[in-house]
Amino acid sequence: MLLIRCPWCGPRDETEFRNGGPAHIVRPREPTTTDEAAWGEYLFIRDNPKGWFRERWVHAAGCRRWFNALRHTVSHEIEATYRVDETPPEPPV
Amino acid sequence: MSSFRLPQGGLIDRSRSLAFRFDGVGFSGHPGDTLASALLASDVHLVGRSFKYHRPRGILAAGVEETNALVSVGDEPRVDTNSRATSVELYEGLTARSLHGWPSLSLDVGALAGALSGLLVAGFYYKTFMWPRRLWQRVYEPLIRRMAGPGEAPRGPDPDRYDKTHVHCDVLVVGGGPAGLAAARASASGGARVVLVDEQPEFGGQLLGSGAPIGGQPFTLWVQSVLAELRALPEVTLLPRTTLFGYYDHNFLCAVERRNKVVRERLWHFRARHVVLAAGAHERPLVFGGNDVPGVMLAGAVLKYARRYGVAAGRRVLVFANNDAGYAQAAALARSGVGIAAIVDPRREAGAQALRLAEDAEIRTISGSVIGDAIGRARVSGARVVPMEGGPATELECDLIAMSGGYSPVVHLFSQAQGKLQWDESKLCFLPGRPAQAVRCAGAANGCFGLAAALVEGHEAGARAARDAGFAPDSRLTVPIAKDDLPYRIQALWQVPSQLRKRKAFVDLEGDVTAEDVALAAREGFRSVEHFKRYTTTGMSSDQGKTSNLNGLALLSAATARTIPETGTTTFRAPYTPISYGALAGRDLGDFLDPIRVTPIHSWHEAQDAVFENVGQWKRPWFYRSTRGESMHQAVQREAKAVRSALGVVDASTLGKIDIQGRDAAQFLDRIYTNTFSSLGIGRARYGLMCREDGMVFDDGVTTRLGEQHFWMTTTTGGAARVLDWLEEWLQTEWIDLEVYCTSITEQWATVAVSGPKARELMARIAPEMPLDPDSFPFLSMREARVAGIDANVFRISFTGELAYEINVQSHHGLALWQAIMDAGARLGITAYGTEAIHLLRAEKGFIIVGQETDGTVAPHDLGLSRMVAKSKDFLGKRSLERGDTRREDRKQLVGLLPADPNEVLPEGAQITVEAVPLPARLGSAPIPMVGHVSSSYFSPNLGRSFALALVKAGRSRLGSTIHVPLEGRAAQARIVHPVFLDPEGARQRG
Repeated sequence: MLLIRCPWCGPRDETEFRNGGPAHIVRPREPTTTDEAAWGEYLFIRDNPKGWFRERWVHAAGCRRWFNALRHTVSHEIEATYRVDETPPEPPV
Repeated sequence: MSSFRLPQGGLIDRSRSLAFRFDGVGFSGHPGDTLASALLASDVHLVGRSFKYHRPRGILAAGVEETNALVSVGDEPRVDTNSRATSVELYEGLTARSLHGWPSLSLDVGALAGALSGLLVAGFYYKTFMWPRRLWQRVYEPLIRRMAGPGEAPRGPDPDRYDKTHVHCDVLVVGGGPAGLAAARASASGGARVVLVDEQPEFGGQLLGSGAPIGGQPFTLWVQSVLAELRALPEVTLLPRTTLFGYYDHNFLCAVERRNKVVRERLWHFRARHVVLAAGAHERPLVFGGNDVPGVMLAGAVLKYARRYGVAAGRRVLVFANNDAGYAQAAALARSGVGIAAIVDPRREAGAQALRLAEDAEIRTISGSVIGDAIGRARVSGARVVPMEGGPATELECDLIAMSGGYSPVVHLFSQAQGKLQWDESKLCFLPGRPAQAVRCAGAANGCFGLAAALVEGHEAGARAARDAGFAPDSRLTVPIAKDDLPYRIQALWQVPSQLRKRKAFVDLEGDVTAEDVALAAREGFRSVEHFKRYTTTGMSSDQGKTSNLNGLALLSAATARTIPETGTTTFRAPYTPISYGALAGRDLGDFLDPIRVTPIHSWHEAQDAVFENVGQWKRPWFYRSTRGESMHQAVQREAKAVRSALGVVDASTLGKIDIQGRDAAQFLDRIYTNTFSSLGIGRARYGLMCREDGMVFDDGVTTRLGEQHFWMTTTTGGAARVLDWLEEWLQTEWIDLEVYCTSITEQWATVAVSGPKARELMARIAPEMPLDPDSFPFLSMREARVAGIDANVFRISFTGELAYEINVQSHHGLALWQAIMDAGARLGITAYGTEAIHLLRAEKGFIIVGQETDGTVAPHDLGLSRMVAKSKDFLGKRSLERGDTRREDRKQLVGLLPADPNEVLPEGAQITVEAVPLPARLGSAPIPMVGHVSSSYFSPNLGRSFALALVKAGRSRLGSTIHVPLEGRAAQARIVHPVFLDPEGARQRG
C-alpha cells in the first residue's frame, strides 16, 4: 500500500485516496469548434507509460482536495506530490 | 513416555503431559511439542494421503515448509483445515484429523488412483476432464472435489474474535533467529522503535533446531539475555507466534499474530522506515525413487526433532547429503543419541572437515553413491544404494532417510517487495539481489549459512537500518562469538538419474508432481516457468513450493537446456503461509461490515412493519405490510393506488442534497447541467440532467435557487456522493477560477414528500398560514413556511406525477413532522409508500431512474429529453452529443411496452427481439439479433394492466409495432408505445 503525501494533510495510507488518472490533460477551450478527432483524443486517449508518470489523486477520505503526484509506475516511488496550481516537478534522472 | 522420546534433551516440559487425539486415537505429548513432534514421539509417521495418487505420506519437515502433514485441527465450528502439523502447538484435548483419506487413512479408496498413476500424468486434468462438457458439473467436479478436497470448511460461523492493529516503526525485524536477534538488538540500542516478529512460539530460530552454543554457553542463555535487553527498552515490541506474510509497497507489511486468548488472531499492519529480513532458509529434499514414503524426512528436521523436542524420528537413520552440512547434521544427531546407519553422498569426496566430523562420530560414509530408491510402502524399511556411475545396488536397512539437499534462503518477502533475485552458482540457491525498497537481508535468508557470520551480518544490518532511520546505535555493542560451522560446500544433484531408480521420484509432494512429470511438461513445450508451474501444479499447493520450487525449476532448466537463472523463478506472492479469513475480516462482520445509514424517521418505519431495501448504505422502506399476510405485490398495489386516488407519503430524506453557494454558483451549474440554471428565478426549481464528458447521462435531480448566489441541489439517493465528488473535481482541477462552495446537507435535512389529489388539503391543515393556491405557490417553486409548527423549506416538485409537496425540515424534527402529517392525514386516507411504489408510480409517468433506464451508454436524446439540452451554452458532455456515434439514428431509445397479455409482467433486464424466439435457442441456430432490453416493468393498479419501459434500437420509429421478449419455452409479445402512460399533459402535478 502506497504512502502518499497529501499537500495539506501529510503522509497518509493509500486507502484514504482515490486515483484520478493522468494529470495535466487540458480540456479544449472551445469544445464546439474542436474537431471530432481532437475531442476523441481528449476524451479517450490516455498515456500508459512505464516509468515516471504525473497523475491526479484526491484525498477522498481526508480533506477531499485534489492534487497531483509524480509516481513511477514500475517501482511505485512517489518523487513528489504538488498542488494543482503548482509547476509540475521534473522526473528524477 | 513413548518409546521414541529420547531420554533427555529438548525444550519440552517433561513434567506435564498433554492428551490429544489424532484420527480418533488417543496420544500424549508435552508442553512445547508440536502435533508433529508428539506424533513422531509415538512413532506415528503416516499422517496423510497425497492429493492425486493418495499415496501414504509422512512428516517431512519441522516447520512451516511442511508439505505432507496437513491436518484439520479442532471441532466444529472451530476447525482449522489445512494446518501443518509441524507448526500446530500441542494443547490439552487437541483433536486433529488427517486429510485426503477416504474412507480412512489406512484404507483409502483413492489409492486406486495410484494404481492408475500411469494415466495421471502432468496436465492430466486438462487432458481428461475436457469432454463431454455436460459431464463436468455432474460427474467430474464432484468426483475431483471428493478425492482432492484439502479438508472441509467448518459449517457454522466462526465464534472467535479477531483484531486488527496498525503500527509505525523505525525498524521491523522479521525472524527471531541469531541474525534477527542480533539485528533487533543493534537497531534498538540507539532508541529506534523496533518490532521483532517471529512465527514460532519461542525466539531462537535455527538455534532451537541445531542447539549450537553461542559465546561458549548454551544458546538459550544468549537468547534470554538479548530478549531481556529488548524487553527493557520502551520502544521495542516483541511479537512471537507472529507470521509476517506480506510485504507490500512503500514498506507496508502485514503479519498475523496467533494469540489464542480473548482475541484468537490479530492482524498487524506495519509501516516501517526500514526492514531487516532474517527469515532463515529452508532445507531442500532430494529427488530419488520413493522419496515420498513415510520415514523420508529433511535432515535438519530430524535434528530439530531430536534437539528441540527430544524425539528420535528414527532409530537407524540413513543420511543422504549432497553437501557438507549433512555431515554436521549426522554428527549432531549421533551426539543426541540417534543411531546413524551411514551417510550416502553422490560426491567423490566431501570437505575434509566434514569427513573428520563423520569419522569422530564413527559414522560410515558411502561416497560417489546415491539412494536409488527407498524401500517400504507405508514406512521406510531400507534403501537401495547405487554408485553414481551405475553398477549393482546395495540394500541397506534403516527406518528413516534424512535428506540434506542444501538450503534455499527464504527470499519470499524480499521478492514480494519487488527485490531482484540473484543466482549463486556456488551455493546453488537464489539470493536477495538489488532491493526495491528500504530493506536489508541478513543471515541464512541472505545465504549466510554459518552461525558466527550470521550473527555479525545480523548485527550490521540492524545497526545500518537504525542509522538509515535516523538513529545512532550503541557502538560499544559487541557481537558474541560462535564456533562457525563447516564451510558450505555443495554439489548439484537435482535428481537421482532415472536409470538408477525404479520408483516414482517426487519433486512436489503436496501436488504429487514427479520428475517424469517435469520432463513431460518440458517435452510438451511448457518452457515458461509460469506455464510449467500451472501445467504440472509444481509449487501450487498450500505450501507454495517452499521445498519443491527450486528442484522443479532445476529439472525444467535441465530438460530445456537452459541455466537456472535463464529459466527464472515464478512470482512470490503473499501470503507466505496460509492465513485465516477471520484474521482478514477482523471485526468487519455483520452490521460492522459497512456503515448502515438510516433516516430520522426510521423508527416509525420499523414500527409499521416496513420491509427495507438497501440503497447504497441507506435502509429505505421498500413497502409496508398493512396486515400480516399481505404480500409484497398486494402492498405495492395498495400503496400505488392510494397515491393516485387520495394521498400518499414517503420518506425521501435519503435523496442527496447539496448546498451550492458562491459568486459563480449559477455559471457553475450551467456548465454542469445540460439545461440552464442561471436564468432560474429565486424561489424557482428546475429538473436538471448531468452528463459525463462523453455525453452519457450521469445523474439527475431538481435544483432550486434560494438566492442570487445560493442553490439547493438534489441528487439521486445512490448518486449523492458521486455527484458531490464530480462537482469538486471540476471546481478543484479545471475551473479553479470559479468561486463556488459545495456542501453536503443530505443528513442535515429530513425530507417528507406528500403526493396525491388530497395533498393540498393536507397542507392546508398542517401549514395553515401558507398560501397554497397555484398562483401563490406554483409547480416547480419553493417557499419557506412553518409546517406543523416547524420551520420548513417546502418544494412543489413531484416524482409521482401527482400534486406533491416535498417538505424539508432539520433532521431532528423529521420524526415530529412525519407524525404530524400522519395524524393530519388520517382522515384523508393517507398511506405511507415505499421505494417499490415510487418506482411504479414514476414509471407510469415515464420518468427515468438513473441506473435503471440508463447504464452509462445512454444520452439525453436517447431518453427523449432533447428539450433539456441547451443549445446556447457549453456544458459537460455537450461536444460529445455531436459526435457521429452519439447521433446515430439506431441508438437504443426509451419507449413504453404494453404486453399483449395485460397480466404478464415482463422480467426486467429481458432481451427484446423482433421475431418470436423461445429460449433456449436451438444449438447451432443462427444468432438472433437483439434490438433492446426491458428496463422497468410493473403491474399498474392505476392502468389496470402490466406495462414496461424499455430501451429499443430506433425505438421511437417503431411506435405501434410489435416486438417479442424471449422467455423459457415461449416468447412474450408486446407493443411499443410512447413511454408516458398516464396524464401526458402533466395536469395532475401542476394542479
